[in-house]
Amino acid sequence: MDTLQDIKDRLAAVHYITDDTLATALQLALMLGRPLLLEGEAGVGKTEIAKALATILETRLIRLQCYEGLDASAAIYEWNYQRQLLAIKASEHENISAAKIETHIFSEDYLLRRPLLEAISQDKAPVLLIDEIDRADEEFEAYLLEILSDFQITVPELGTITAKTIPIVVLTSNSTRELSDALRRRCLYAYIEFPDPERELAIILGRMPDIEEKLALQVARFVRELRREDLDKVPGIAETLDWAAALMGLNIKDLGNDPALIQSSLICLLKTEADAKAVTPEVTGRLIGQAA
Amino acid sequence: MPAPDRDGRGGTACIDAPITGRIIGFVDHLRLNGFKVGPAETQAALKMIDQIGPLDLSRTRQSLKTLLAGRHEEWQRFDDHFEAYWFTRGRQRTGHSTAQTNPRPGNKRPSLWSDHFEGADLGAAADQGIGSGSTSQSDRKSAARIVASGQSNLKQTDLRHIADPHEIAEAERLAYRLAAAMRYRLSRRYKAARSGSKLDLRRTIRRNIQYGGEPLILVHRARPDRPVRIVVLLDVSGSMKLYSRFFLQFVRGLVSQWIDTDAYLFHTKLVRVSDALREKDAIKAMTQLALMADGFGGGTRLGESLKMFNDHHAKRALNSRTIFMILSDGYETGAPEGMAVELKRLKKRVRRIVWLNPVLGWRDYEPITKAMALALPLIDHFCAANTLEQLAAIENDIARL
Repeated sequence: MDTLQDIKDRLAAVHYITDDTLATALQLALMLGRPLLLEGEAGVGKTEIAKALATILETRLIRLQCYEGLDASAAIYEWNYQRQLLAIKASEHENISAAKIETHIFSEDYLLRRPLLEAISQDKAPVLLIDEIDRADEEFEAYLLEILSDFQITVPELGTITAKTIPIVVLTSNSTRELSDALRRRCLYAYIEFPDPERELAIILGRMPDIEEKLALQVARFVRELRREDLDKVPGIAETLDWAAALMGLNIKDLGNDPALIQSSLICLLKTEADAKAVTPEVTGRLIGQAA
Repeated sequence: MPAPDRDGRGGTACIDAPITGRIIGFVDHLRLNGFKVGPAETQAALKMIDQIGPLDLSRTRQSLKTLLAGRHEEWQRFDDHFEAYWFTRGRQRTGHSTAQTNPRPGNKRPSLWSDHFEGADLGAAADQGIGSGSTSQSDRKSAARIVASGQSNLKQTDLRHIADPHEIAEAERLAYRLAAAMRYRLSRRYKAARSGSKLDLRRTIRRNIQYGGEPLILVHRARPDRPVRIVVLLDVSGSMKLYSRFFLQFVRGLVSQWIDTDAYLFHTKLVRVSDALREKDAIKAMTQLALMADGFGGGTRLGESLKMFNDHHAKRALNSRTIFMILSDGYETGAPEGMAVELKRLKKRVRRIVWLNPVLGWRDYEPITKAMALALPLIDHFCAANTLEQLAAIENDIARL
């Protein structure tokens, strides 16, 4: 994993086509061992990159999906209360001192590992994906800071657990809220743009080997033009792939052939009512003209 | 921002000094241009350069960008700063020797500010500018009426009648304190309203070990309510002139005290001012505001400003726990229908829309402008705000989310 080209090639082998910007960011993240914060529109492949990274490094992907109200017990660890209760019940008649029971039920056997604790207790450094960090609260962000800088977790009953291996951390954000400067400073940063048509073409061809190159190129260009329109929800790469698959399923060889059918297939790309209304057959015709 | 790029500090280090000095200088340069970078970043950059060794230019730039940019705006601006530091400056200074003293500028302010500090009264001037006209236009009679009035009187006086500079200052201070106090009371209220709806198994077990694990004492917990987010749009158009300076202080109070706020000014266009209002350096803050306030006192394009907000800020600024507060008199110079459309869009995204209208407090005012009539059905709370007391009364509306 030395050169930039090496990273790009290996990612391409698992059908993740990347550009120099992202490849550089990944290379640095691996080299410096710092978390990588990825921002960009929804659907540019922020989450995918973590999966692809885990695949090429042949390691586990541990994913923490953030949401509003996410707390330590869902993200870091929790005690297995049911087992603890059972253990207390079971030892009721054995005349064991309370202190002894306490040490027993607060041992690692009774600890439920949530993603963050799981990630630092692996033998081989995993990829830790902290997805949509902007959805979590500020309090959680603060907690995360501590873990990301020290890679250790303190469980009051048990003591401090230090990381066996330092995970490769990828954070993603859709900028629904401002992240703290402290978190940003801990991380390397990359802003991912929508791919240019050449790269999108490569992505389509990589994921759908059966597609004709001519159609794939038209699809890539059409989507590029569509993204320039004033839309509520800009179609992402996944939408492009869906649409390409739909076109293949409908047996369309060329975007210019069947305007009505193409128009109805646009439901793969346009996900809100306002957008569906804004892209009229005339607009579609114009976009096809530009894409051809 | 071309100005800070050439802020005239010693660029001599950029040619022959060892790479360390140049990197330090570059991080300084970024910091002066508003990047959030510190010594730790310098160190990391040096370490990185050391590790990756000599690379071609674009790779080095890309690497430094990944390391030193922290947000989208910085990401976009980085290349320009990079060019400015490593190329332009170097060419300009070719003839100079490098044996000079440390070129680091320390905490020197960017030259953008330098004009402003020569006459330190700029802050005051900007301060005056925001409410300019309020003094000259208010009639002397009403000023005489409230001479020697105490705080309580001041609270009930229509803000447009306050003319004495001391009283203006006092009213501004009150408006600021009001916002701060609201925040304090609200946050305490949320805590007091907690009732444990869930069992806290962890503490329950811990507490009941003494009874052999028999859960005799139950410990409850509740997810504490997070305070609501407040987004404020303040009208600073000509028709609001007499009120906007007090409201601005009120908004400043909200923004600096409330943990989750976002503030915007609008007249014919919309400007985000949260960061400027949070700025602790008062002179800096007022300078920023004065720069932004270019156009204060013009007409109101409420519909367009709302559209701009919906298009560019709404996604990030709003959530379902948001109270959207508009401080405006509703005299719209654009098309009234436009405003209703945008308010409808807005309403889908927020919990509640509060409209504070200073002229509503006037005795004979009816919301008859067409824009206001169309907007009314979409507004959850429409209240007067021409005195400080009325401003304080909105606390209850906010608390009842």
